[in-house]
Amino acid sequence: MASPIEQFKIERLIPIKLGSVDISYTNSALWMTIAVVVVTLFLVLGTRQRALVPGRWQSMAEMSYEFVANLLQEQAGNAGRVFFPFIFTLFMFILAGNLLGLIPYAFTFTSHIVVTFGMAIVVFIGVTVIGFIKHGVHFLSFFVPKGVPAAMLILIIPIEILSYLTRPVSLAIRLFANMMAGHTMLKVFSGFVVALGVLGGWLPLAVNVALTGFEVLVAFLQAYVFAILTCIYLNDALHMDH
Amino acid sequence: MDLASAKMIGAGLAVIALAGVGAGIGNIFSSLVGTIGRNPAARGQVFGIGMLGFALTESVALFALLISFLILFT
Repeated sequence: MASPIEQFKIERLIPIKLGSVDISYTNSALWMTIAVVVVTLFLVLGTRQRALVPGRWQSMAEMSYEFVANLLQEQAGNAGRVFFPFIFTLFMFILAGNLLGLIPYAFTFTSHIVVTFGMAIVVFIGVTVIGFIKHGVHFLSFFVPKGVPAAMLILIIPIEILSYLTRPVSLAIRLFANMMAGHTMLKVFSGFVVALGVLGGWLPLAVNVALTGFEVLVAFLQAYVFAILTCIYLNDALHMDH
Repeated sequence: MDLASAKMIGAGLAVIALAGVGAGIGNIFSSLVGTIGRNPAARGQVFGIGMLGFALTESVALFALLISFLILFT
């Protein structure tokens, strides 16, 4: 029986080498491309009609736009509206990646820490740079919460700095571990279905069906949480009301 | 005790932390259901924060799971 970890293996589809750097087109890259194409088609074809009273598809496309727009508006206020394209891209990319991974024999590119950490570090560095651009050196006062007695500051400031530095780590691990754990569980229960055969296999199959439903929920939830945390960190950088 | 057995024991010990996470997630949803029960109109506002709280608490569970896997497989 194959190991449940094997589904996460990266395979080179088109080997490309640039000197000594391996920039092959992998299965991960393929599914990222598919995710981008799917999201683009969903939005472009959905809003093609430009009906004033939207049909179903246009409604879904508009709802996804509105959902992220409201999220950003609620968390970061009006100053954050400039960052909407980034947050929307992030949300739709992660959502498409999570959902596409649920197709049998597909590859979940968000289940690799390098992918999720890449996105998280972009968010972290971006938000920190925005904070410094907007507030200058005064941004460092973010680590000094208001109303803390001076004696406690020497303890509080390192803790604040540490918790700030673990933000990209927690963002990345949350998404990666959720995806990896979900797909590993699906694979393990599928193994049980095969192992128990025709007589006993229906029970793990029912569990698998329930798990897949749960994984669809987790796909949405993790994309939502990544987006809302990015909005919260952006709000922290723009309006430092810690 | 050889390394493989110690790894297994370590991985098992690491997931004891999930008990706390289970209690935490139950807490979140209990107050979510209580709030919606008392004030059904607040559902829209409270639900989003509830989901955020759930996901943040679950991430602690995944940290514990990650450490367990690190102990077990490296």
